[in-house]
Amino acid sequence: MSISKKGLLAGVATATIALVATFVAPAAYAGTSAAACANVGSGYAVQKGKTVEVFTSVVGDELTRYAKASADFTACTGIKINWNGSDQFEAQLPVRVAGGTAPDLALVPQPGLIAQMVATGQAVPAPSAVVNNINRYWSKSWRNLGSVGGRFYAAPNSANLKSLVWYSPKQFAKYGYTVPTTWADMFTQSDKMAAAGQTAWCGGIGSGGATGWPSTDWLEEVVVREAGATVYNNWIAHKKGAYFSDAPIIHAMNTVWGWMGNSKYVGKVSTIATTSFQDAVTGIPSGGCMQLQQASFIAASLPKGSVVSPTGDAWVYYLPGINPAVTTPVEGGGEFYLAFNSNKATVEVQTFLSTPQWAVSRIKAAGSNGGWLSANSGVPAATYSNPLDALSAKYLSDSHSTFVFDASDAMPAAIGNGAEWTGFTDWFANGTPVKTVAAKIDAAWPSASN
Amino acid sequence: MPSFWSENLPKLGQMFAAIAIFLTVLAVIFFIAGKANGKKQRPIAIVVFLGPALILLLFGLLGPAIRTLLLSFKGSASKHWVGFNNYQWLFTDPSMRIVLRNTVFWILLTPIVTTGLGLLLAILLDRMRRESVAKSLIFMPMAISFVGASIVWEFVYKFANPNQPQVGLMSSIAHHLGFEPPNWLLTQPLNTFLLMVVFVWSQTGFAMVILSAAIKNVPADIMEASSLDGATGWRLFRGITFPMVRSTFIVVLATMVVATLKLFDIVRASTGGNFGTSVLANEMYSETFIRYDAGRGAAMAIVLFLLVIPVLVYNIMNLRRERTIA
Repeated sequence: MSISKKGLLAGVATATIALVATFVAPAAYAGTSAAACANVGSGYAVQKGKTVEVFTSVVGDELTRYAKASADFTACTGIKINWNGSDQFEAQLPVRVAGGTAPDLALVPQPGLIAQMVATGQAVPAPSAVVNNINRYWSKSWRNLGSVGGRFYAAPNSANLKSLVWYSPKQFAKYGYTVPTTWADMFTQSDKMAAAGQTAWCGGIGSGGATGWPSTDWLEEVVVREAGATVYNNWIAHKKGAYFSDAPIIHAMNTVWGWMGNSKYVGKVSTIATTSFQDAVTGIPSGGCMQLQQASFIAASLPKGSVVSPTGDAWVYYLPGINPAVTTPVEGGGEFYLAFNSNKATVEVQTFLSTPQWAVSRIKAAGSNGGWLSANSGVPAATYSNPLDALSAKYLSDSHSTFVFDASDAMPAAIGNGAEWTGFTDWFANGTPVKTVAAKIDAAWPSASN
Repeated sequence: MPSFWSENLPKLGQMFAAIAIFLTVLAVIFFIAGKANGKKQRPIAIVVFLGPALILLLFGLLGPAIRTLLLSFKGSASKHWVGFNNYQWLFTDPSMRIVLRNTVFWILLTPIVTTGLGLLLAILLDRMRRESVAKSLIFMPMAISFVGASIVWEFVYKFANPNQPQVGLMSSIAHHLGFEPPNWLLTQPLNTFLLMVVFVWSQTGFAMVILSAAIKNVPADIMEASSLDGATGWRLFRGITFPMVRSTFIVVLATMVVATLKLFDIVRASTGGNFGTSVLANEMYSETFIRYDAGRGAAMAIVLFLLVIPVLVYNIMNLRRERTIA
């Protein structure tokens, strides 16, 4: 057994050849189908009758699509993947791991939980085949998100992108505006809109009990664009030098205030506090307001009959970067496959799930509506049938991308769902000075143990 | 696809079976209790009748109440004792003081306005032509949940950027009258009173119907006798009608006070507690379930509990006094 483990941890090609030679005669598995194997890629050993459990928070139809996307892998290798979805995933995973019934693989939706699981000592570092894939197909920031203490554990699954700006191609064409590619151009053009009497930016942060959240995204976009991923992640961790009241965050808040808190661009600023985030997008097709920073889901709130296309009533462009040292800054979310053992079958499934082949079949399983994106740069752009997905995937899979997770989601609830929301709502409603807002949020940061 | 009936009929069967088992158990207990006689009869009767209720109270009310009390002296993750820290924060934090101020406003104003308006309408509509039509119309908002009512009123209070058309009813009226409307829900302390309007609009019908029933119960001969003695209008109301419906008035008032104390939906749905409109029940929810600070949430629950007690005590005292009169 120890020999086989070592073999697996060695280089991917040699290891697989060795495995195939040692343990199974190729094509001995009756179910192996050449057509299926063509979609899966080469180098997998046939392991008939093995089942690998992937524990996930994905349930329902979406889970069925995972099973559909992995059907070829099972047909080719004989390894059955048991996609086990639970809406209690985040509560259940620590319980299972502590109780000695850890799944083979877990699809973890946030980096914080990876660290927590690694701390239990039960999670195992990624095998070399997966390490090779992450180095080959993902940007360095993705590798860092899946690493704990400098060791790489978990490769990403799907990804989503928040760094988008909604605009109306028809309105832009009418007034001769173009899609800006730099931060400075974006504001030169916004100034033009303001001079023409137009409202350059739409804004709304109203969301009932969650009022304020869209403005936390604005700040996050600016922080990563100005200061980069390291400061951004220190900010989440509340490390000295990256408190809300420290220079980089204060600077970013001032940038946000010059943008979404600027009456030249948005009209009456306090209205942003009482406008719901859904209502904010309704002015886009008619040109009531020209641009809105918001993720792709907001398309559902556009007025009925709006055509979402690069020449239609509404479309998106990528929110440009600010600091040239921060390449392709991208804010979004994603999940990671974390393994709890290094059994042969587990390693093979984990390896497959880090390949472009897996991403391609999963994207195809999503159908024409799309909605499943990968940051894997090995996925051909033509795979996406939904053009909005294709545009988002372009930036997610950029090999130089600086990817960061939503900071307010990763901060303690007292901040990310509390002081930051109320502080920012007060900021936009009353124009409270930036330093006062920042100091209040810092003061609310909970102590380590309570 | 299993049909609706094949899926749900067995469940219905199970339900009836459960009810049958429950009734059988009851019958057995009553049978045994009935056999008992002599000295043991009274204690057994007490256990049989009070036992189940006491057990439910113990686990469903007393247990959670004690736990909440204990939690209110612990930190956000309930790991360490923090003494009176949560209460100190509750009464000294500037934003919490606004919450407490709003809660006091709500308690002082809304029950009296709602019940008073309900009484006024009940009297005005009494014996009016087509009384039932008018009453139905006024009662109707009661059928809408507070969340629904808040959304309806959101359209009244809506304020758009001045360069956009004003679609909110009040903003639009103000605009047409020629003055710039304020951002209603943002203007303190006006916004708290605007939210109270939603409550009053929704609950006045309820107060009116209950009080109207009480007015109709005032014996006609008393009314006739007093009018023969020359009592009319205000004197008739003050001397006869109000004293006769006083106990109903107090019950409705108490119901409204309790409803106000636990008020949560209107604030949450319309402003989310922002712009200085939050009340205790809303903050209690936010602290416990959004910011995950169980200690502060529990402390607020205890304060709310203490505030409800006087209302309940007064209500019970009132009930007892009536019983002795009867």
